[in-house]
Amino acid sequence: MARQLIRLAGVGKNYRKGRELVRVLEGITLGIEEGDFVGLMGPSGSGKTTLLNLLGGLDKPTRGDVEVDGKTISKLSSGALAKWRASNIGFIFQFYNLLPVLTAARNVGLPLLLTSLSASQRRKHVNTALQLVGLADRAKHYPRELSGGQEQRVAIARAIVSDPPILLCDEPTGDLDRATADEIMSLLQRLNRDYGKTIVMVTHDPRAASFAHRVLHLDKGELSKKPVDLH
Amino acid sequence: MNRFTLIWRNLWRKPIRTVFTMLAILVVFFLFTLLEGLRIAFSLSDVGPAAEERLLSSHKVSLIMMLPVAYESRIARLGGIEAVSHGTWFGARYQDNPEFAQYPVVAEQYLALNPEIKLDEEQRQAWLGNRMGAIVGRPVANQYGWEVGDRVPLKSSIWTRNNGSDVWEFDIEGIFDDTDAGMNAGVVLFHYDYFDEARAFGKGTVGWYVSKGDGSVPLNELMDSIDAEFANSPAETKTNTEAAFAQEYAQQFGNIGLIVTLILAAVVFMILLVTGHTMAQSVRERIHEMGVLKTLGFTSGSIFGLTVVEGLLLVLPVGILAMALGWGALALVAGFMGAMFPAGLHIGTYSIVLGLALMLAISLGSVLPPVIRALRLDIVALLRTS
Ligand SMILES: Nc1ncnc2c1ncn2[C@@H]1O[C@H](COP(=O)(O)OP(=O)(O)OP(=O)(O)O)[C@@H](O)[C@H]1O
Ligand SMILES: [Mg+2]
Repeated sequence: MARQLIRLAGVGKNYRKGRELVRVLEGITLGIEEGDFVGLMGPSGSGKTTLLNLLGGLDKPTRGDVEVDGKTISKLSSGALAKWRASNIGFIFQFYNLLPVLTAARNVGLPLLLTSLSASQRRKHVNTALQLVGLADRAKHYPRELSGGQEQRVAIARAIVSDPPILLCDEPTGDLDRATADEIMSLLQRLNRDYGKTIVMVTHDPRAASFAHRVLHLDKGELSKKPVDLH
Repeated sequence: MNRFTLIWRNLWRKPIRTVFTMLAILVVFFLFTLLEGLRIAFSLSDVGPAAEERLLSSHKVSLIMMLPVAYESRIARLGGIEAVSHGTWFGARYQDNPEFAQYPVVAEQYLALNPEIKLDEEQRQAWLGNRMGAIVGRPVANQYGWEVGDRVPLKSSIWTRNNGSDVWEFDIEGIFDDTDAGMNAGVVLFHYDYFDEARAFGKGTVGWYVSKGDGSVPLNELMDSIDAEFANSPAETKTNTEAAFAQEYAQQFGNIGLIVTLILAAVVFMILLVTGHTMAQSVRERIHEMGVLKTLGFTSGSIFGLTVVEGLLLVLPVGILAMALGWGALALVAGFMGAMFPAGLHIGTYSIVLGLALMLAISLGSVLPPVIRALRLDIVALLRTS
């Protein structure tokens, strides 16, 4: 059995809306092994994005701890967390979140500005990542000159360029047609299978979820007891 | 790519907006430099120490009313007076240029009383030897391209000649420097005898007297004794130091200067407000992107730095260029209108520091509030903005 990479114990999250306290997540206990590909489903507003943000250190739990690779990230300062994110997590969003003022290659190169790599090393990494997603010929294109599927592939290249062990995807195919969604899913599958990336992916689409090894269901802030097997 | 690429690309996010903002900044700091030049020119009050010691006596009723030439010997006879001379407003122009200052004077007397007029000895002798001779301050000679040996016609708005003409000709015999940059710097001086004989009216009168004490009597007592000498006569005098007169004279321009300054300052302020708003808007547009950068691992500090440098980059180079252009424009104007600005047109260290401070204020003042407000939000909130 592979070792546990991510571990959540009794994690809860509240948001304050004015005077009202909203309990978004409650009693989440969860382990994810290295190399796993986990789908996360659930109705809108059930807390999927919130859970993903906790895993990626974008947000901190109100209760409980988030442990990644033996490190309790929920206890890190925001500065240390930023540094940790840069080398451990690749994020992929539904709406790509590329910077419109930068070309594809420069968007992919962004995370490398936080490393100590030389300019030529950075260029090499960017080329490798773009080749891996099949967009080497679009390096100089701006996001507005790319299709949605191409934008998402640039976003994936940006997520993997600094070679983080974990990829967190929030509805990565939510804005794409079926054929394009399949391409993106195959790409993620390849990153998981051939490059050993541990992937947690939020999705509404059962077809996308079928690429995952297992699917967790979130409902009203709690993981349902019986894991659903789509295979 | 490096961090500068990121800053540079963000700067040109909307190229037309960036160009217009830069144009506005160019206009603002160009105007600002002109303003400073004019303000300094109009606040000309440092007429030098000689002017503090010299007394100027004019007609009590008005500076434009004349005094008898016979007052000269009566002033000279008063106790405590070392030397006395006189001048008269000639009110002429050269070709189509604006009117400027010329005085008919008794040459040796006047030069003795105004040691700040630095004139070559050879030229001095030439002037003394030529009835139609004149000497001119260097700014005037430069403006009109006059050289020693030229004969120049000046058209007086006050004085007509015996033959009915109002055009007077002079031979330029000398060009002088005024080490005080005071009243005499931009003036033409010529012989009173020539003037008095040739004028059609007003013979035997002068515009004002300049005198100097020998130190035995305090200045204010000397002033009182001059005015007392001519009390109850048809032409009473009013005496003050030359410096006080210069200040009063500058005050007239000063008021115009103040109005011009206020109008230009209002324009500058309005453009700054609009520019600041635009710059702040451009920062607010990318709050979501700040969330993305933070997700990738950029810290609040580095995003803050990127944004502030971008704001400085938008303002400082163009602002400094604009001030350099303004400086050049002032020098150009001073070259064309030297007679109007005898002390020259320039800005000082204070103006440069003030200009740079204004540039920092506009860029930091517009960028800091939105960026600080954005960076106070946590990443999740930043990403939830559209
Ligand atoms: N920053 C916040 N402040 C207040 N409430 C929040 C905040 N973030 C999330 N919520 C609330 O928490 C609940 C869960 O939100 P979340 O975005 O995690 O849902 P989700 O499962 O991702 O939904 P969707 O499928 O629509 O993306 C929602 O009710 C949302 O309004
Ligand atoms: Mg969501």
